[in-house]
Amino acid sequence: MANDPIIRLRGVTKTYGSGPTAFQALKGVDLEIERGDFVAVMGPSGSGKSTTMNILGCLDVPTSGEFRFHGHHVERLDRDQRALLRRKYLGFVFQGFNLLSRTTALENVELPLLYRGEDRQTRHASGLAALDKVGLKPWWDHTPAELSGGQQQRVAIARAIVTNPDVLLADEPTGNLDSERSIEIMELLTDLNRNSGITVLMVTHEADMAAFARTIVHFKDGLVESIEKGARS
Amino acid sequence: MLGTTVTLAFRAIMRHKLRSFLTTLGIIIGVAAVITMTTLGNGATAAVREQISSLGANILQLRPGQGFGRGGGGPRPPDFKPEDVTAIAQQITGVRAVAPQAQSSGQAIYEGNNWNTTVNGTTASYFEAQQWALESGRLFMPEEEEAGKPVCIIGGTLRRNLFRQEDPVGKRFRIKGVSCQVIGLLATRGQGGFGQDQDDVVVMPIKFVQRRFTGNRDIGLIMVAVDDAYETATVQASLEDLMRERRRIKPGDADNFNVFDTKQISDTLTGTTTILTQIVGAVAAISLLVGGIGIMNIMLVSVTERTREIGIRLAIGAVANEVLLQFLVEAVVLSCLGGLIGMFLALIASIAIAPLMQVPFIFDWQINLLAVVFSAAIGVIFGYFPARRAASLNPIDALRHE
Repeated sequence: MANDPIIRLRGVTKTYGSGPTAFQALKGVDLEIERGDFVAVMGPSGSGKSTTMNILGCLDVPTSGEFRFHGHHVERLDRDQRALLRRKYLGFVFQGFNLLSRTTALENVELPLLYRGEDRQTRHASGLAALDKVGLKPWWDHTPAELSGGQQQRVAIARAIVTNPDVLLADEPTGNLDSERSIEIMELLTDLNRNSGITVLMVTHEADMAAFARTIVHFKDGLVESIEKGARS
Repeated sequence: MLGTTVTLAFRAIMRHKLRSFLTTLGIIIGVAAVITMTTLGNGATAAVREQISSLGANILQLRPGQGFGRGGGGPRPPDFKPEDVTAIAQQITGVRAVAPQAQSSGQAIYEGNNWNTTVNGTTASYFEAQQWALESGRLFMPEEEEAGKPVCIIGGTLRRNLFRQEDPVGKRFRIKGVSCQVIGLLATRGQGGFGQDQDDVVVMPIKFVQRRFTGNRDIGLIMVAVDDAYETATVQASLEDLMRERRRIKPGDADNFNVFDTKQISDTLTGTTTILTQIVGAVAAISLLVGGIGIMNIMLVSVTERTREIGIRLAIGAVANEVLLQFLVEAVVLSCLGGLIGMFLALIASIAIAPLMQVPFIFDWQINLLAVVFSAAIGVIFGYFPARRAASLNPIDALRHE
């Protein structure tokens, strides 16, 4: 069991709309991701990589096919059941950071713990620990407006890892950052992957960033085109 | 979880202080208006009831004429005669006291002071019927009543204006040019049910008033006090039968006299103020409704504005009901805050306005509780629709929302 892939997609399709205007974004994706891997998903826009990420993030369901995550048949779960899966096992990092404005870094990081029903002290301690991991503990009481883009993304990463998720999904995490900040973020993700054992799934269109990954999955026309080992594998 | 949700709601509200305040203003004004109006209305009702109860309980007033006035055209209905009073006292059961009244008015003079006052000719039964005690002195003796002696019992206002600091009992003064002796001083009663000063009066034996002032044997008003053991309505019915008989009214003809039950007057007047209170309260309640719509409006704006936030919450694992609860609690906290502020304002306004309206301030915890519960209900009702909209958002679309 321990060697089973944490994520397994089998013949996954996704069709948007119906009838003559229907658009098939995924045309039968097969993909397995091992626990502890660092996967970069690449491909031109419209290749199906974002749709795949939405499905992997349990935000969306496949039209057909099978998605097994942690032993669950996610395609059979309803909205709230998928929300509970996200709460328990997943962390999200977005291109646009998506922090709550006018809310301190610590409060942002504590947010997922609120939904886990953790008490105040636990939230505080875990939140500060997560901020410490991303090197922002001294900035805990700053609001996003008072932080740089790189710092904001690190707060977002702290928020994603505060629950000790199994899988971290990052959607173009460096898309809004300059190359220096981007490398910092990538090093942070690599560190979390290596030292905290978090499986990282990252969508990117920059080869430099994908090079940090152990596995690179290329998408094209709604299908997995190729899987290669990254520079750091 | 609910505690956390309330904390979150407070944070969200405090993030937009001015907007939150303006949103709740509708509720604040609505609640303040409802409570103030009801409180003042209750005070007015209490004041009216208080004043009318000073007329005396279970008293029937018998007057010639129809309705409240003496009636329209036609011959003037005759006044009552002393024989009517005797007949009532002897023939009707359940009567505690019967007092005839013949009224006049004129100038009272004592040394350098003079004062225009009301002269009330009656008998000692008058004080018994009204349960009006003397402060000092004594009532009329039967022989004084019989002979119509020039003796009088004066009210507090007359005493103050005529005798100043002196003790009036035993003194003589002139009323309408006739000398009379003060034998008693009435206990102070204050304003009557219709605003008149009940203490501005001189009470004299009716025979004296009839002989010297009115010049006839007419009686304008008979006051009948009903024994507590008897039904006022029963006594009133037999009183009406007796008077129809004595005034020779044919069956089918209308009465040319009428009987007022003071309790009935009291009920009518307090009924009027109660209805007024209810109408004004209803108008104020409409402003509460408008306030509720204001909350719904701003919550809808808030949901749209915070679409991304909702997306984030859903992505990190909030289930639909948690998002629903968050926005619902926000609406309820907003409306409850409005309710509490409104209640506080109403308290200040009522305490300030009640003395100006000369009504007592009566704190009605029921209406206060009701108003706050009602504003919470408004939060739930008008917050539900925006909250539903927030909870049903698709996380992917919500996260992409600009």
